[in-house]
Amino acid sequence: MAQVSLRKIVKEYEGGVQAVKGIDLEIADHEFVVLVGPSGCGKSTTLRMIAGLEEISGGEIDIGGAVVNDVPPRDRDIAMVFQNYALYPHMSVRENMAFGLMLRKFPKAEIDRRVNEAARILDIGVLLDRKPKALSGGQRQRVAMGRAIVRDPKVFLFDEPLSNLDAKLRVQMRTEIKKVHQTVRTTTIYVTHDQVEAMTLADRVVVMNHGVIEQVGPPQELYHHPRTRFVAGFIGSPAMNFIPAKVEARGAGLVLLLPQGTELAVPEHRVARYQPYAGKSVTFGIRPEHLTDTQNVNKPHVAFLTLTPEVIEPMGMETLAHIKLEGAEVCARLDPLVEAAPGVPLPLAADMNNMHLIDDATGLVI
Amino acid sequence: MAPDSSAAVPAPRPAAARAESSAMKRFARRRSTIAFLMTLPLILVIGGLVAWPAGYAIYLSMLNRRQTAFIGLENFDILLENETFQSVIWQSCFFAITAVLLKALVGFWLAHMLHHVPARGQKMWRGMLLVPWVIPPALSTLGWWWMFDPSYSSINYLINAIGFPSVPWLGEPWWARISVIIVNVWYGAPFFMIMYLAALKSVPDQLYEAAAIDGATGWQGLRHITLPMMQNIISITVLFSLIVTFANYDIVRVLTNGGPRDLTQVFASYAFQVGVLSGNIPRGAAVSLFMFPLLAIIAFFVLRGVNKRTKEMA
Ligand SMILES: Nc1ncnc2c1ncn2[C@@H]1O[C@H](COP(=O)(O)OP(=O)(O)OP(=O)(O)O)[C@@H](O)[C@H]1O
Ligand SMILES: [Mg+2]
Repeated sequence: MAQVSLRKIVKEYEGGVQAVKGIDLEIADHEFVVLVGPSGCGKSTTLRMIAGLEEISGGEIDIGGAVVNDVPPRDRDIAMVFQNYALYPHMSVRENMAFGLMLRKFPKAEIDRRVNEAARILDIGVLLDRKPKALSGGQRQRVAMGRAIVRDPKVFLFDEPLSNLDAKLRVQMRTEIKKVHQTVRTTTIYVTHDQVEAMTLADRVVVMNHGVIEQVGPPQELYHHPRTRFVAGFIGSPAMNFIPAKVEARGAGLVLLLPQGTELAVPEHRVARYQPYAGKSVTFGIRPEHLTDTQNVNKPHVAFLTLTPEVIEPMGMETLAHIKLEGAEVCARLDPLVEAAPGVPLPLAADMNNMHLIDDATGLVI
Repeated sequence: MAPDSSAAVPAPRPAAARAESSAMKRFARRRSTIAFLMTLPLILVIGGLVAWPAGYAIYLSMLNRRQTAFIGLENFDILLENETFQSVIWQSCFFAITAVLLKALVGFWLAHMLHHVPARGQKMWRGMLLVPWVIPPALSTLGWWWMFDPSYSSINYLINAIGFPSVPWLGEPWWARISVIIVNVWYGAPFFMIMYLAALKSVPDQLYEAAAIDGATGWQGLRHITLPMMQNIISITVLFSLIVTFANYDIVRVLTNGGPRDLTQVFASYAFQVGVLSGNIPRGAAVSLFMFPLLAIIAFFVLRGVNKRTKEMA
C-alpha cells in the first residue's frame, strides 16, 4: 500500500492532441479516489499512465515514494480491473487469479491460500474451476477483482469496471467494491463517468474536464461547494438548474432578477460576497432539490416564485416538474402529494441558502 | 367410438388418403430432410472426388502387379522388407517433421515481426512475403535448382565471396536433404505466416496489458498468453501442413529426383517411381497409402483437442 502523487502530468498523443494537460494530484495511503468526468476528458489516459500502459509525455508519477515514469507496469506493483474484465480465456478462474502470483514465483501453498481467501471475500469459491466463458457478467467482474486482490498490490486501478453490467447489478457491485475496499484498505484509483458511482464510492472525487482537473474534494464538498459551473452541473442528479439572472440592489440588500420578471431576495449573509456584481448579469444556479413546492417551507431565506411546468414526471418518492424559461430549462422536485399539472401555474419555493452565482466570464462560482 | 369424437372424424377413406399425403409433406418439410437435400450436391462431389478415389487406391494396393489377383497386405509386407523403402520411410518422416517445424517457426517469427510493423508498411511486407507461396512450386523449385547447380550455383558464388568453400548442395546426401527442406520451408512458411498473423491479430491487446500488470515479461506474455490463445490455429496449421508435406512430390522430383542413390526419396516421389516408372501400380498405391493410418489417428486427436478448446474458450 502506498500513496500516489501526480506532478504536472501531461499526455500528448501523436498529432499533438493533448489528452491530459498538466495534472497535479496527491493520493494518500488507503484512500479511495474517483476520477470522474465526461467522455473523452482524459480519465482513462491518466489511469493508464499510472499503470504504465501509456507513456508519460511530461511530469512525474510517484508511487510509494519512488518516481515510476520509466518503470514498466510489471514492476510498479499495481493491479488493474478493466472495463471488459480482460480475463485470460484459456485459464480457469483459479489460474486467472493465480497468474500474477505464479509469475512472481510465490510458493504454491501461499498462492492457494490467497486465491481461496479472495474467493471467500468475493463469494466465488464454487466458480474456481470454470473458464471465464462459463461465467455471467457479474461473476467475471468478481473474478477480475479477485485477480487484483490476490496480488495485494500497492494500488488498485479501476477503469469503468461496472459499465458493462446492467443497472441493478451495477448498484450491487458498487456496494461490493466499497465493502472490499473497507476490508483490504488498498489505495484505490477508480475511473468512471457516472457521478453517482463517484459520489457513493469516493473518499475524494476528482472532477476532470478537457484534460484538466476542475475540482478535487470529498463528495459532500463538491456537492455543496462546487468551484466551477462545470462541477456544479456535473455533480448531482437531476443536474443543477442554471438560469440567467441580473443582480440588483434593493435598499441595503440584493435581489436576483429572473428573465420572466420575478425577484428573489439574496440572503443577507451573502450580500457582501455578491456586492461587486450588483447591476451585472450572472448565472443563477440552484439544484432541483432546493426548488420545491411550498409545503413545509419554514426555513429562513426562502424565496417564492410561481412558474408554469411543461412536463410533470411522477417518480414515486418524488415528482419532477420541468419548466421552460427564457434561455433555461428548470427542474423542480416536488412532494408526490402536491397536485401539479402541465400548463397550470405552480407556486415554488427556492431555498436561497443553497443558491449559487456563476460569473459568466470565468465560469467560476462566486 | 365415443360420441363426441365421432362428430369430429370425417368419413374414413378420404381421411386415410389425406393422412398419407400430409405425412409426405411433413417429411419433406422436416429440417433434417431439407438439410440433407441441400447438402446432397456436396456429398456427391466429396463422394466422387474423395471417397471413391481413396477407396479405389486402397483396393488397388491389395492387387498383384498385373492387377489380376487379390493378394491382401502382401504389397505392404514386401515394401517393409525392402531396404530402399525403409530409407524412404525414414527420409519422409525426417523431411516432413523437420520441414513442418521449421515452417511453423519461421512463419511464427515472420508473423510476429509483421504484427509489430505499423499498418501501412505491414500490407506491403505481407504482400512481398507471400510471393514464394504464390509462385507455382515446380517453377520456383527450378529456380532453386539452378541456384544449387554445382557449376553455376549463385549461392556458392556468394559463399565463396565471403571466403568459404563451395557446398555440394545436391550432390551429397545430407546436403541434398537439407536443400530439399530449405526449398520446402521457403515455399511453405508464408502460409504459416499469414495464418499466424491473423491469429495474432485476434488476441485482444487488453490481455497483454493485463498480463503486463500481472508481472509478465515479453517472453512470459508470449508463452502464457499468445501461444495458448493461438493453440488451435497452431495445431490445425501443423496438422494440415504435415499432411501436405508428407504428400509433397514436386520439390523432390524437380530438385533431386530422389537422388543421390534414392536417399532423398519421399513417399510421393517413390510411389511415382515404383508405380509409374517401374509399372507396378498396386505397389505404388501401397507406398502412397503407407502414412494414411498414422495421419488419420493424429488428425483425429488434434481435431478433438481443437473442438474441446473451442467449446471452452470462444
Ligand atoms: N491512442 C490515441 N491517440 C490519439 N488520441 C487519443 C488516443 N487515445 C485517446 N485519445 C484521445 O484522448 C482523449 C482522452 O481519452 P480518454 O480515453 O482518456 O478519455 P476518457 O475520459 O477515458 O473517456 P471515456 O469516458 O469515453 O472512456 C480523447 O479526446 C481521445 O480522443
Ligand atoms: Mg475511458
